[in-house]
Amino acid sequence: MRWALRIGSVAVVLLLWQVLTASDVRMWLRFDQLPTVVEVAERFAAQVGGPEYYHDLGNSLARIMTGFLLAAVLGIAFGVLIARSPLLGDLLRPPLEVVRPIPAIALVPIAILLFPTDEQGIVFITFIAAFFPILVSTRHAVRALPTIWEDAVRTMGASRWQVLFRVVLPGTLPGVFGGLSVGMGVAWICVISAEMISGQFGVGYRTWQAYTVVDYPGVIVGMVTIGLLGYLTSAAVELLGRRVTRWLPREALR
Amino acid sequence: MSLSVRSLTVGYGRSAVLSEFSLSVASGEFVVVAGPSGCGKSTLLRAVAGLIPFAGSISVDGVAVRGPSRDRALVFQDDGLLPWRTALRNVELPLALQGVPRALRRSRALEWLERVGLAGFEGYLPRELSGGMRQRVQLARTLAQQPSVVLMDEPFGALDAQTRSSMQELVTEVLAGTTTLFVTHDVDEAVLLGDRVVVLGAGEVERERDAILAAVKA
Repeated sequence: MRWALRIGSVAVVLLLWQVLTASDVRMWLRFDQLPTVVEVAERFAAQVGGPEYYHDLGNSLARIMTGFLLAAVLGIAFGVLIARSPLLGDLLRPPLEVVRPIPAIALVPIAILLFPTDEQGIVFITFIAAFFPILVSTRHAVRALPTIWEDAVRTMGASRWQVLFRVVLPGTLPGVFGGLSVGMGVAWICVISAEMISGQFGVGYRTWQAYTVVDYPGVIVGMVTIGLLGYLTSAAVELLGRRVTRWLPREALR
Repeated sequence: MSLSVRSLTVGYGRSAVLSEFSLSVASGEFVVVAGPSGCGKSTLLRAVAGLIPFAGSISVDGVAVRGPSRDRALVFQDDGLLPWRTALRNVELPLALQGVPRALRRSRALEWLERVGLAGFEGYLPRELSGGMRQRVQLARTLAQQPSVVLMDEPFGALDAQTRSSMQELVTEVLAGTTTLFVTHDVDEAVLLGDRVVVLGAGEVERERDAILAAVKA
C-alpha cells in the first residue's frame, strides 16, 4: 500500500510534466520551453545504449570516490585528533575554522591554479566539500562519547591505541556516519559544479555541454542521472552505516 | 593482594572531595565502604583505579598506583559494557587486550559467562539484556580479567530488590577470596557483604546495622 502510494506520487508528477510540456502551457512559467517526458525518455534510452554515457558516469564516480574516500579518512583522523588532543586542537582548529565557511565551489580558482591538471582540481574540490562535515561530526561524536566506556577499558589495562581502536572509533561510528551522509551529499553538489566549470567528461560536464548546444532533453537526462547517482551513493553510505551500528537501539536508527 | 590507601586527598582545600583518607584491605578481604550519596565513595574508587589524580599514596602489594591497570578492575553501576559488543565479546575484551589468542579467550569467556548464570546469552547485545543480566556480564568480564583487586561502585544500585539479592549471593560466591573494595549507600547491603565496613568520614564501624546508620548520620 505504501509502495503503491510512493510510485503513484512519482507517476502523477511525470504525468503533470508531460501534460504541461506537450500542450505548450505558458502561464508565467514557460513550460513550452521544456522537453516532454517522452522526449527525455527517448533521449535517455539512446544515451544508455551508447558508450559515452558510461564513460561520463565512470569519470564522475572515480572523482567522487577518490575525493570522498580521502575526505573520510582525513576527516575522521583530524576529527579524532582535534577532539582528543588539546595541543593539536589548538594548533589545527583556527586554520580549519577559517577555511570551513568557504563554499568548496568558491575554491575552484585556487584549485585551477594549484593543481597541474583539472582532474586533480575537481577531486580536490570534492574532497574539501566532504571533508568538513565529516570532520565536524567526528569531532562532536568523540566529544560526546560517554567517559565510562573509556574508563572501563583503561581499568582493563588498555593502551592509548587500544582505547582508540576499541572504544573511540567504534563508539563514534553513529555520529561519523551522520557526517559521511552529509559529506556524500555535498560531494555530489561540488563534483558536478566543478565538472561544469572546468571539467572534461563527467556527468556535470555533459549536462552543461548539452545546455550550450541547446540539447534540452540531454540536460534533463544529465540531471536525472545525477539524481540517481546521488541517491544510490547516499543509500550505500546509509546501508553501510546501519550495518556497522546495528547495536544502536532501533528507534535511533529511524 | 593487599590494598593500602594512605592520606588520600582528592581536590583542593575546601572543595576537596576526599581529604586525608586512609584504609587498608588485607589480601582476600571484602571491605565495604558505606556513606550517603555525594560523600566521595565513587571518587575513592576512581582514585584507587588510577583514573583521577590524587595526593597521598595508594599501593597494591606495596607497589604504588600511578595510573589505571588491569590489576584493579572497576565494576560500574550501569553501562560499563561496550554496547556494540555482544555479552561474549564484552567478556573477551580484557583477554583480547592482554593478547590472549582468540580460541583460548573465547573458551574462557564462555566459562565465565556460564559461571555467572548466563549460558545461552553469549550472542546478546547489552541493550537486549536486563539490568541484572548486564551486571552479571560485567562480573564475568571482571573475573575473566583476573585482577588483584576488584573495585565495585554501587554495582546493584539500579536493580530491583529481588535481582539485587540474587546478585549479592552471586558476588559472595564468585568473589570469595578476592580482595574487594565495594562501595554502597545501602546499609543492609554493607552488613550482608562486608567482612569489614568503613563509613566515609567516620572510619571503621562495627558490622551492624544500627552502628552503621549512626555513623552515616553523624
